[in-house]
Amino acid sequence: MSALFAANSLGEFLAKRLGESWGFGLAAFIHAFILINVFALAPLIFIWLERKVSGRIQDRLGPTRVGGRFGWLQGLADGGKLIQKEDLVPAAADSMLFRMAPYIACIAAFGTFMLLPFSGGWVAVASDIGLFLLVAILSLEVLGIILAGYSSGSKWSLFGGMREAAQMVSYEIPLAITALVPIVTVGSLNLVEIAEMQTSQYFLDGWLMFNNPFTFIAFFVYFTVATAGCKRAPFDLAEAESELVGGFHTEYSGMRWSYFFMAEYAAMFVVSGLASILFLGGWNTGIGFIDESLAIARYRGVLETGIYIPSFLANLVGMVVFVTKASLLVFVQIWIRWTLPRLRIDQVMMTCLKYLIPISCVLFLGATLWPIGLLKFTQRSTVFSEPIQNRIERMKDDAQSEHDDAKKSREDADSSVSGANEERPAVELAPAVASAPLGSEGSR
Amino acid sequence: MTGEQFSEQFFFWLLALTTCGGAIAVVVSQNIVRMAFWLVVALGSVAAIYFMLHADFVGATQLMIYVGGTVVLLIFGVMLTASGPYVKIKTSPGDMVIAGGVGVLVLFLLIGTVTAVDWKQAHVSLTGSDPDDYPPEPAAGYNTSTPSSGNTARPIGLKLLGVSLEDTDPDRKDAKNLSTGYLLPFEIVSVHLLVVLIGAGYLARAKRRAGANTDVESTT
Repeated sequence: MSALFAANSLGEFLAKRLGESWGFGLAAFIHAFILINVFALAPLIFIWLERKVSGRIQDRLGPTRVGGRFGWLQGLADGGKLIQKEDLVPAAADSMLFRMAPYIACIAAFGTFMLLPFSGGWVAVASDIGLFLLVAILSLEVLGIILAGYSSGSKWSLFGGMREAAQMVSYEIPLAITALVPIVTVGSLNLVEIAEMQTSQYFLDGWLMFNNPFTFIAFFVYFTVATAGCKRAPFDLAEAESELVGGFHTEYSGMRWSYFFMAEYAAMFVVSGLASILFLGGWNTGIGFIDESLAIARYRGVLETGIYIPSFLANLVGMVVFVTKASLLVFVQIWIRWTLPRLRIDQVMMTCLKYLIPISCVLFLGATLWPIGLLKFTQRSTVFSEPIQNRIERMKDDAQSEHDDAKKSREDADSSVSGANEERPAVELAPAVASAPLGSEGSR
Repeated sequence: MTGEQFSEQFFFWLLALTTCGGAIAVVVSQNIVRMAFWLVVALGSVAAIYFMLHADFVGATQLMIYVGGTVVLLIFGVMLTASGPYVKIKTSPGDMVIAGGVGVLVLFLLIGTVTAVDWKQAHVSLTGSDPDDYPPEPAAGYNTSTPSSGNTARPIGLKLLGVSLEDTDPDRKDAKNLSTGYLLPFEIVSVHLLVVLIGAGYLARAKRRAGANTDVESTT
């Protein structure tokens, strides 16, 4: 199935020539290689963007010379400089933890890339609980920061690490709750399915952000919390250079220092990508007829074996759309950083505990009650919100065609519409769904 | 041994060794934060073993609760309470002997439990397969959809939404129609727990007079 990035067309292609073991192994290796390069390249671009945008906001030019125009090779020059620097470990530091901390942060940030779908079929691990797993892995990044702060043997670092711990422990709660608001609507934690369900019919109507007022507000709350979660200004209390020298990375130099920033910018991309999948339609353009034709091309690719060019192109377009959305959100994060002043630590905590958590709880509750309210006050026939209802309808259709052997191949295409792994529940569920009066049951 | 079996064995032994190595290092090291680090290694490897078994929900919960939650709280607690730079814990030899004895006893208990299970009988009764077919043949080729589907969490998620697979199974006598599910009650309970946690934090914090140096309290 298309769900597994590493085992898609390339794997089948190589398996024919090299045998299954070597073919799939090599394909997995190639895809992992591509993924780790995306992980390394994204921060490079965003660091350049940060410099350029901050320069423009402060009425400067930013980098202009490296690489000809626009200083577009500045990131590479920075990297070259950082590699050459001496790798210092302070005498007061706990050297083992001090050395390990950047790797933990980096590995956690890279781990999330495995679960982030770039397009319909382009995802390393399309887990059924993708969102949960992604948030779980993303929350490990803070561990690296705390260990760095603790093991540096410096009071600035310790303060930075402690602030980071307090901030992250608090901000993870609204992050998880606001991420659940669109989940209530779509009824799936599989990131591929969530994005595929947001195919618009007319213009932007499929995007979950515009599904109901609660998801609309949840997007902004999520984005605020995610910005804080990446310890970006105005919530960057962990590094706060005006108070704490450099915060948790005061004692770091060279490559280990840069690993923290790779992790930070990669995490920015991941949370922005997650925002675009959860609220902004993922790789769907939002324009009805384009979305539909692209979706059809993608699903055709699932049926074909080997390399199928239209599906590949559709996935490529999807990836461009997705990366554009995520990068625009990263740009907004950069814009916010250079516009707003840094909050004080107690204000940061107050923003979270007194405002964001109650707001997110209300949004979550509202999103759960919204379909029931619609059922009560409008002419809707079901308690389930639209994407779930469509999915149940599709399960029904699948069951119908299941009985019809002649349409066997068409049924495969339909069931794969809502993601890769639909078939088993569809078959078990369908007779019951067909017989159950959904609306009347749901209204109690 | 096919390539698939080899890679499975390889990753299993790699993860098993890091789990055990991490666990031993937790016991041996004397610095609490290093212990926490080794705990991350051990628990993370256990989570990875869960992923290998396609139990991705259990694995993710392991990461979320133990690695991301408990260990962070542990380090946080050490950072807040430590009087010196690096807290050392010296274990007295007597404690080591007692703990070692208890550990060995638990090991024997576990080995006894594992070897006491009739795996063949369990396999036959669970899967309903022919006893002569044990051990089962591994499926030929790469089943690439299985690791990605991991279908372990889907019934739980559908149930929360009110789509209950076993209740609607027509083969069962007590089959029911779809219900509205447990999402709202579950949500209310979890928000209550959150409120209780924040309230406990509020009650437990050091009391200060209003206006007196409030910006210090969060960082000390």
